[in-house]
Amino acid sequence: MTGIVVVSHSRPLAEASVAMARQMVRDSGPRIEIAAGIQDPGSEEPGLGTDAAAISAAIEAADDGQGVVVLMDLGSAILSARTALEFLDPDIAGRTRLSWAPLVEGLLGAVVTAASGSDPTEVAAQAEVAAEAKRRQVED
Amino acid sequence: MSETTRAQEGMGVAELTAWLRRCTELIDEHAGELTELDAAIGDADHGANMKRGFDAVAGVLDDGTFEDVAALAKKIGMTLVSSVGGASGPLYGTFFLRFASSAQGSDPLDVHSLLSALQAGVHGIEERGKAAIGQKTMLDAWVPALDAFQRAGTSLATAVREGARAATEGREATGPMEATKGRASYLGERSTGHIDPGAASTALLWQALAETLARTDAVTPDGEGTTS
Repeated sequence: MTGIVVVSHSRPLAEASVAMARQMVRDSGPRIEIAAGIQDPGSEEPGLGTDAAAISAAIEAADDGQGVVVLMDLGSAILSARTALEFLDPDIAGRTRLSWAPLVEGLLGAVVTAASGSDPTEVAAQAEVAAEAKRRQVED
Repeated sequence: MSETTRAQEGMGVAELTAWLRRCTELIDEHAGELTELDAAIGDADHGANMKRGFDAVAGVLDDGTFEDVAALAKKIGMTLVSSVGGASGPLYGTFFLRFASSAQGSDPLDVHSLLSALQAGVHGIEERGKAAIGQKTMLDAWVPALDAFQRAGTSLATAVREGARAATEGREATGPMEATKGRASYLGERSTGHIDPGAASTALLWQALAETLARTDAVTPDGEGTTS
């Protein structure tokens, strides 16, 4: 099954987004890994930020051979995810897709699509369609 | 000028370490200022992020011994991508990783191989950020600094001093620019009138490089070329 990685500046934001998406598939969903927040020396709580090495580890953990789709929030999440691809085995990087979809809507679309067995290209495409589906819902 | 300047004529592990230590000090001293610049046009974390990153760099320097410049630069790159947190993490991290690849096999770096390593690093920043000069980013300090370094010729001391001077000018030049990259781009025209925080931290890195590699035991006759 296509694995999913959630990259966010905020660990609570990532965890809550995953909880919402999991509601759609309950126990039958894909593997979802989180790479969110940054270790802040002197603080128990992770700080706001992204870590490229943590993202590459999350992609490796989420991959079962079929590939991975990465959903991100913004700014450094995108730069760190691109950096993470350079740290990966080229085979794994080659079957990883970074999705431009907005995090919450895209994650939901991605998780549902991955649960049906689709490949990373299709999962990323459906994540991106989720933004359009929302637009129609709001504007109609 | 070069006769009166007893400068380091290369960058080995000791000089790279000294550069990074000086970076850590300058980032620490200027963290509040970097955050203020970022508060004006971004998310007000550049100083704190850079300080967290360079504190981690200081930890690496305290703990490890490194075989050569490439090994140390690679470790610094990995440290920055994992500890800064903001966009400057993957950008400065990529700089040091590409610097390391270019430096592979030459230690110490002479003025030519240092220029190649700096160029490889800056190309990495351009590629990573999909940015170019004139977009109110750290590249507005990096690119003129590299050009000045290259124009300065074969004296390492002159090259790093000219580079630092150009980086500072580049930092100032970001003031009137309108941002089209990064969080500041959300502000559009309202981003003008503020110095870019990434260009400001890059100018500090160049200041540290000049202070480290162009230690002028004898001051240049005309008094020019000092950067601090």
